Amino acid sequence: MKRILLGAAVGTALFAGMSFADDANPYEMQIEARQGIMAYRALQMGVLGPMVKGEAEYNAEAAQKAANALLAASTLDASMLWPKGSDSDAIEESDALPAIWAEGSDIGAKGKAMVEAATALQAAAGGGLDSLKAAFGPVGGACGDCHKAYREPR
Amino acid sequence: MRRILIALALLAVLGLGLFWAATRPRPIDPDLIAGLVPDVAHGEQVFWAAGCAGCHADVDAKGGEKLILRGGQRFPSPFGTFLAPNISNDQTAGIGAWSALDLANAMLRGVSPEGAHYYPVFPYGTYSRARPQDIVDLRAFLATLPSDPTPSQPHEVGFPFNIRLGLGLWKLLYLRDGWVVSGDLTAKEDQGRYLVEALGHCGECHTPRDALGGPDLTRWLAGGPVPGGTGRFPNITPGKLDWSEADIAEYLKSGFTPDYDSAGGHMALVVENTANLSDDDRAAMAAYLKKVAPQP
Repeated sequence: MKRILLGAAVGTALFAGMSFADDANPYEMQIEARQGIMAYRALQMGVLGPMVKGEAEYNAEAAQKAANALLAASTLDASMLWPKGSDSDAIEESDALPAIWAEGSDIGAKGKAMVEAATALQAAAGGGLDSLKAAFGPVGGACGDCHKAYREPR
Repeated sequence: MRRILIALALLAVLGLGLFWAATRPRPIDPDLIAGLVPDVAHGEQVFWAAGCAGCHADVDAKGGEKLILRGGQRFPSPFGTFLAPNISNDQTAGIGAWSALDLANAMLRGVSPEGAHYYPVFPYGTYSRARPQDIVDLRAFLATLPSDPTPSQPHEVGFPFNIRLGLGLWKLLYLRDGWVVSGDLTAKEDQGRYLVEALGHCGECHTPRDALGGPDLTRWLAGGPVPGGTGRFPNITPGKLDWSEADIAEYLKSGFTPDYDSAGGHMALVVENTANLSDDDRAAMAAYLKKVAPQP
């Protein structure tokens, strides 16, 4: 009887250990932080997009503020947020494809393209609706190019 | 004893004969497209609606490069990895020598000009519903595109899936005439149904597949796992996708979700195609999606 109890206790401990290992996400903070930065950028696009589409009236001050914030979020040093092993194959919560870290990855160039587009938008956003419209498209293009190559479907 | 052997041999021959009869490639009746006059301008709309460039152009092609259909993109699956062939206008490397009938056989029946079955990674399960006139128009438009000499690469598919005759059985099981969504549709919803079910091939990813790789039509557009990868294709029925019709149409135009997230993965390629459709066509697709049976 004692042996059975001991066996059950060991089994339970092993099982608990296993389920803990399954749930473990060593990069929870990093993944939350980078997804947070993405959401922050989406919020700024959510200010500018309706103006571009004509759903909201153009407001130079609000557009400039959003473009400033977008550029700031795009130029943060996020290098510590992308450790190897924080990809979508390794961690359930991650949508970042392993191709980001694979040989031949051009993630750096994609990031640079985003900074360039956001820089141009920051210079243009307060200069009138046509100016904003012309600079908005390339930012959407930079978002899409990187998501196309490096984000898992969801 | 000898008689039994002879009987067995006859049965084997009969079995093979029946198998061949059941699985042989079935080209269309050429009368189906005879006399149809091509409209090149409309062929371009068919080209974007059918999404040819999404798979046959380079994955990072931009602007005019989307029209260089030299193939090479890789499509992993549980059955092996398929490589998109060159369908540029090159006479030997591409399909420059094809007639409209050849294209119609490929799209409506999944049959090559040599009479072999294509793998259903080429979405003829969808295109089989396309109008013959649209295929004739598409043929004329493809003939205006650049030639590229890059040779098509062979699929990386092992036994038994490398025996193409078996695809005849797959076609018997899964090639269906008629629409998935039936009932009373407005003219707009009907237009959307044609764009989604006959050309756009949304269901090729967004409908889950069974063990043989056939679509589970009882779960039409309900999403499912990415074959040969991780993640899931999302459920785009009204049971899950609660965007307005305007939201859906905008996504197909710019790739932005209502929250200003942007399309990723192969869907970004799809948006590069649907961005070239008319607002009217995108609105029709959105209206159709609202008519699909909701799935949890």
